[in-house]
Amino acid sequence: MRLTVSQSPHEKAPYTVSKVMWGVMLALVPAFISSVYFFGVRALVVTLVAIVAAIATEYLTQKFLMKSEITAFDGSAAVTGILLAFNLPSSIPMWQVIVGTVFAIGVGKMAFGGLGRNPFNPALVGRAFLLMSFPVDMTTWPKPAELLTKMWLWVDVSVDATTGATPLGVVKEGLKAGESAATVMSQIPDYFNLLIGNVGGSLGETSAVAILLGAIFLLYKRMITWHIPVFYIGSLAFLTGIFWLIDPTHYADPLFHILAGGVMLGAFFMATDMVTSPMTVKGQIIFAIGGGLIAGLIRLFGAYPEGCMFSILIMNALVPLIDKFVKPKRFGKEVNYG
Amino acid sequence: MNLRTFKIGGIHPPENKLSAGAPIEAAPVPEKATIPLSQHIGAPAVPVIKKGDTVKVGTLIGKGESFISANIHSSVSGIVTSIDSVDLGSGYKVPSVVIKVEGDEWEENIDRSVILKKEITLNSKEIVQRIKDAGIVGLGGATFPTHVKYMVPEGKKIDAVIINAVECEPYLTADHRLMLERPQEILVGIEILKKALGVETAIIGIEINKRDAYDTLARAATDFPGTRVEALKVQYPQGAEKQLIKAVLNREVPSGKLPLDVGCVVNNVGTAFAVYEAVQKNKPLIARIVTITGKHLETPANYFVRVGTMVNTLVEKSGGMPEDIGKIINGGPMMGKAVTTYEIPVTKGTSGLILVDKEESSRRETTSCIRCAKCVTVCPMGLEPYLLEKLADRKRFEDMEELDAIDCIECGSCSYVCPSSRPLLDLIRLGKANINRLRRERSKK
Ligand code: SF4
Ligand code: SF4
Repeated sequence: MRLTVSQSPHEKAPYTVSKVMWGVMLALVPAFISSVYFFGVRALVVTLVAIVAAIATEYLTQKFLMKSEITAFDGSAAVTGILLAFNLPSSIPMWQVIVGTVFAIGVGKMAFGGLGRNPFNPALVGRAFLLMSFPVDMTTWPKPAELLTKMWLWVDVSVDATTGATPLGVVKEGLKAGESAATVMSQIPDYFNLLIGNVGGSLGETSAVAILLGAIFLLYKRMITWHIPVFYIGSLAFLTGIFWLIDPTHYADPLFHILAGGVMLGAFFMATDMVTSPMTVKGQIIFAIGGGLIAGLIRLFGAYPEGCMFSILIMNALVPLIDKFVKPKRFGKEVNYG
Repeated sequence: MNLRTFKIGGIHPPENKLSAGAPIEAAPVPEKATIPLSQHIGAPAVPVIKKGDTVKVGTLIGKGESFISANIHSSVSGIVTSIDSVDLGSGYKVPSVVIKVEGDEWEENIDRSVILKKEITLNSKEIVQRIKDAGIVGLGGATFPTHVKYMVPEGKKIDAVIINAVECEPYLTADHRLMLERPQEILVGIEILKKALGVETAIIGIEINKRDAYDTLARAATDFPGTRVEALKVQYPQGAEKQLIKAVLNREVPSGKLPLDVGCVVNNVGTAFAVYEAVQKNKPLIARIVTITGKHLETPANYFVRVGTMVNTLVEKSGGMPEDIGKIINGGPMMGKAVTTYEIPVTKGTSGLILVDKEESSRRETTSCIRCAKCVTVCPMGLEPYLLEKLADRKRFEDMEELDAIDCIECGSCSYVCPSSRPLLDLIRLGKANINRLRRERSKK
């Protein structure tokens, strides 16, 4: 009898990195379905291209550059691919999808040493890169297809007639031009459509309902905790709410800010990325509040209509600092007994 | 029911209490007993017999002479054939007395009847002396000499005895069965402990997955004023002293301090039973309950075994060694030790033996930390295992000290939970050993 003699513990919980990643992917399915539903089959292709490009980039870097173990199939590259795709307009040229994904994985993740070592959310790194490199393609938003009838629609950037600004864009421009909030708000889809995602925007960010469905799954499976999303959305609502209360004619209401743009996707799927968020609950709350406030400030006063991406990237940069100073409450350290 | 528990961290591994329904069965007296002279934390006992001597059941064979040590008694009658070094499955050899068994003759002053003796005639000092004489050590697995806990330093005020009946380790059921079968003796044992300390209060902490044991003891405890049973939420490592005190009394033992410093003494429920036997029946600690279990074992069981009995004979009794066993754990699966052989004697600290199949024996491959924070969330001491591991790997032991690594209770929750299968506790142990070394060096200067 050959016996293994290892140190305790001898029990092991069943979850593994790939199980975690598969869980995240499963949670992204509702948002994926809604993206295909609203933006046609091109959404599906963009997502698939991003997944394949992400896995291929990780595989090739590990095989030829890092000469390390291949972990390209552990699911994390695929998740990055999906999340990046969800942050792109459906009309984006395919080669740009590939370039963005290669950058996201190559620079955003592998350059730092691979999974677990990247300080920034790789999907957001990819998106930031694309936004700066191809600002026009990245901000041309196809309108959602008219339900089912145009499901097979293949929107191209050239087809001007089918593109329009996102609700956030419309509101930002309108308010800047001095129109009243009421007028501006009347030009965008109503809250019901915002909620279900029947508006212009990036693939996977428009449907709050679909994102919430996935988020409930993640919360139920305890793959994320509620702290980051709640504090992120809460502080964004708080900041935009204050301005709205002071001057409702010139500021959009907080509900609009929550439902429009990438807040839901960002709060539940990007800010909660375990690699790039703090390790303690207290730290996560600081991280989320900081993110929500920055996103709000950018939306209210910045040059961009959207602030989600930058808010999360900025807070990502602060994570090492947060983890250095915010420690878990130690047992038996702050006791005044006896 | 209002269930208490500790506040930070914790996990809930599969319970696998396969032998919970198996009544305690007396194992036969062995033909040969191998009794190690070191079955406890502290200095080994000094042998007081020599080769060729005749001993009875209960004869003192090793004397605990240092402050932290414990007496060792013969668990059988017969002739001492050797005092030899024996491997206890750890690779280290421990001097042990080997006795060839002849008959089953007991020391005359031991009361072998099973009649419950409730009245406590000894005074507090005599009780502690009797506990010491009987060689009682913590039976939960830690094997710390019990009498030392009862020598309370001047100026410390104790107001409660806490009885650890949590048995939070998966698989093990020795305490569970004992509570079901001998509740009265346990409760009298607790009265004795209360008297030894001069306290009114005793609290028995039981996790609610042992509902029947809770009910049995709670019912019986109504006859013992001052003793109550506290139902606890199932949460590992609630059996750890500091976590248990937090759960039942909401007192937090400060870092580097002892239960004494928050006014309590913690004893295992099995120890309370041993105290009863020692004080009321004059019986030294020569036998204990051992759970023999494993998913492939024919009949997982709880045996009442004489110390020195070879473990393999118990496995035979339970249906024999199953095929494809890849690991044997002495103790629970979370904190027990994997042994190199099962031809080892039962000692005072043997709470159970778990036979693990090949598939569950090997560790999964380690991958990079994905910063999932699970290890931080589950650590009952509020530490940062992922960070401590990294620092240990880089030999930055001073930094580990800064981050309170020394407070780690080695519960293994972090390693259990890590999706990347990082060897967190292995490296934290390495770090702790080095911090202790650094501290010794510093104090020398
Ligand atoms: S083994 Fe130590 S570091 Fe790991 S969870 Fe337990 S106390 Fe915390
Ligand atoms: S549990 Fe493992 S993967 Fe998660 S943070 Fe801790 S060490 Fe890293």
